[in-house]
Amino acid sequence: MSAEARPRGAAPLALTLLVILAALLPLALSDYRTFQVTLALVYAIAILGLNILTGYNGQFSLGHGAFYAIGAYTAAIMMSEWQIGYYWTLPVAGLVCFCAGFLFGFPALRLEGLYLALATFALAVATPQILKSDHLAPLTGGVQGIVILKPNPPFGLPLSQDQWLYEFTLAVAIVLFVGAWNLLRGRSGRAIKAIRDNPIAAEAMGINKALYKTLTFGVSAFYTGVAGALGAIVIQFVAPDSFTVFLSITLLVGVVVGGLASIPGAIFGGLFVQFIPNVAEQISKAAPWAIYGVFLIAFMYVMPYGVWGLLRALHERIERVRRRRSA
Amino acid sequence: MDLFLQQFLSGVAIGGIYALVALAVVMIYQASDHFNFAQGEMAMFSTYVAWSLIAAGLPYWQAFLATILISFAGAVALERIVIRPVEHAPVLNQVIVFIGLLVIFNALAGWLFDYTIKPFPSPFPEQPLFGNPYIGAHELGVIGVTLALLALVFAFLRLTPIGLAMRAAAQNPDSARLVGIRVGWMLALGWGLAAAIGAMAGIMLAPIVFLEPNMMIGTLLYGFAGALLGGIDSPAGAVVGGFLVGVLENLVGAYVPFVGTDLKLTVALALIMLVLLLRPNGLFGRRIVRRV
Amino acid sequence: MGAVLEVQGLEAFYGQTQALFGVDFTLERGSITTILGANGAGKTTALRAISALIRTRGRVTLDGRRLDRRSPEAITRLGVAHVPDGRSTFLRLSVADNLRLGAYTRRDRAAVRTDLERIYSYFPVLRERRQQQAGTLSGGEQQMLAIARALMLRPRLMLLDEPSFGLAPLLVQDIFAILRRINRDDGVSILLVEQNARLALDLASDAYLFETGRVVLSGPAAGLRADETVRRVYLGY
Repeated sequence: MSAEARPRGAAPLALTLLVILAALLPLALSDYRTFQVTLALVYAIAILGLNILTGYNGQFSLGHGAFYAIGAYTAAIMMSEWQIGYYWTLPVAGLVCFCAGFLFGFPALRLEGLYLALATFALAVATPQILKSDHLAPLTGGVQGIVILKPNPPFGLPLSQDQWLYEFTLAVAIVLFVGAWNLLRGRSGRAIKAIRDNPIAAEAMGINKALYKTLTFGVSAFYTGVAGALGAIVIQFVAPDSFTVFLSITLLVGVVVGGLASIPGAIFGGLFVQFIPNVAEQISKAAPWAIYGVFLIAFMYVMPYGVWGLLRALHERIERVRRRRSA
Repeated sequence: MDLFLQQFLSGVAIGGIYALVALAVVMIYQASDHFNFAQGEMAMFSTYVAWSLIAAGLPYWQAFLATILISFAGAVALERIVIRPVEHAPVLNQVIVFIGLLVIFNALAGWLFDYTIKPFPSPFPEQPLFGNPYIGAHELGVIGVTLALLALVFAFLRLTPIGLAMRAAAQNPDSARLVGIRVGWMLALGWGLAAAIGAMAGIMLAPIVFLEPNMMIGTLLYGFAGALLGGIDSPAGAVVGGFLVGVLENLVGAYVPFVGTDLKLTVALALIMLVLLLRPNGLFGRRIVRRV
Repeated sequence: MGAVLEVQGLEAFYGQTQALFGVDFTLERGSITTILGANGAGKTTALRAISALIRTRGRVTLDGRRLDRRSPEAITRLGVAHVPDGRSTFLRLSVADNLRLGAYTRRDRAAVRTDLERIYSYFPVLRERRQQQAGTLSGGEQQMLAIARALMLRPRLMLLDEPSFGLAPLLVQDIFAILRRINRDDGVSILLVEQNARLALDLASDAYLFETGRVVLSGPAAGLRADETVRRVYLGY
């Protein structure tokens, strides 16, 4: 049984404490740091989306950057072209991406493992070109991209813009994480995991594999799309070259580092992809991505189940020792 | 008609490069049942190695040969040192390692050789052969090199015992061990050969698009498309697939107004999806009939 | 005659689980010895242990040379041909290629060619199908291919894991006849793991009975065949 399926007595209390601490965090940080942590949360949501698909359902995606881009552009276009409030862009971006993901899920049904990785890799590589194309330029602003105005805190709250955006993102993140947790521990979650572990057996048990797989693709894209929209709002800018294959790689890194099939892991993943490039840059001014790649490979050797997997393994070892002592 | 011929021939020319990349992709697949996502970046890095050797004063063909050998040896070492620890890990973990390599090679190239675009010499004469207006000497040379290499690879895989052993090791490593094949070294060999082929692709490509770290990212995709189209277990198919992709890319770009020049990568994407969905064995792949 | 294979105190492990608990047996040169027992008795494990496909402790020698510290590839090169359960043919390669691979470690090309001819004479159906993909052969044909491939090594010792599994009785008789012939004409020592005890005891000269990873009975095959208690209790007939 995974840790998230059985909340014991202390856990909800600890979680509430954590949430309160998180909400108070901006008081201790500069605006710039707050902005960075907000982005880490945004990535965490995107990573959670990818994890739902790859970690829990076993469908490889090297192309989630595309859904992130769709979400981001949806938000940007709504805000700059149609002057719609930033909060409305989230559900719309989510819905658009859900449809996109659901539709992509159909052809994905026929592709296994490596081949699906290849197809999504192709999607990731082609995305910037599609965004730059002249056909979509009137909408997307072509190579130039779109600039968005930073939203102000509502009701005249005494917060800076960065602080408000942080609290907003935190709230959205909490809602989405709880939603994922609920989804994955219920009947649907079991079906989703069953399909990953043994697709034939799952089908034999009456699970509609096709429906679940495409829906999972949709949900996964929904999450990443909402993250994309949030990201666009926070950074105030979208342009095709922000959504290259390296973005998809970044999201995958987050899943792997945080831990496959782990919800809390997404937070570690988000923090990693946001802050490690800075660390890498300090180690080597010239080639931060090279250090990044080294981290990736090192994780595969040393911590293949990510940070969360390591914590879980440690926890189990402690439990075993404790049980042996009391026996 | 003139436009068609020109687009067709230049499609064939660039298709030669795609065919080389496709050949490298198939080589790795034959050796390890995997797609090496870092193939393109490794080829790009090899091209930089060649460039450095030429810049240091080495004559072209010596630099060419040296680069091939260095790429071969480097890839063998890479497989034994970096890939081996995850040889038995789940596919996702292996893909992550490939992606890690992709990222490292890309960044290293940018760091060691900076991001300015560099011209790269071609071994073929400037003047088009026979004064024809359609296809340059370099492009013809690329096609020639591709076909020659295909012949070599085909001979190696189909006619030599080591080639057979390599294919066996990839398909069924346990049985391969039981006939005495050193499976680990077969993998390394596959990597080395693929890297050598990739290096050649890069060296042929650089004179056309100029050398810069992001040179091969799109090309790798075309290579994959070509390999899939031709049939992932057929080197000849991969080469034909590569040529087809080149021609298709150009013709679609020229004749389908919606696509134009800027959506060409999308064509590759669409091609990959179509092949994977409709004919996963490609045009020439042998149908794998398995008796349960 | 001397022993071609000597196994002393063999323990074998799948990960953390132990499957063999100190097994001893010998195989006389030029003989056919069979290992019998129920499912899960450790018969297949014993063969895998000899081929070093799993983690082991203990001593395994082939004609006096230790096998237990070598890799599977090295053991094959010493002349041990292991035909595992489940066919293990190279499904995507042709029959001819499968056979060529059997001789991969050999340097004597002319002898390899004669051996190929001889093997085609044992298994005419393989000659007919030699350009076909191995995966398109029937179960029985694939089993013949697996044995033929092992023979291409010109092995000193052949390890056979349940060759009769899933095959029609007539076909099994054919295969066992070929095994008898190989043993008699080419002097190949055979260690045979079989569920079909009756057939195995018919073919073999010595037998070992395994139960949950240990040897519980051993002796000449004729003795076990004659012993009614053994047959009823252990072998089910």
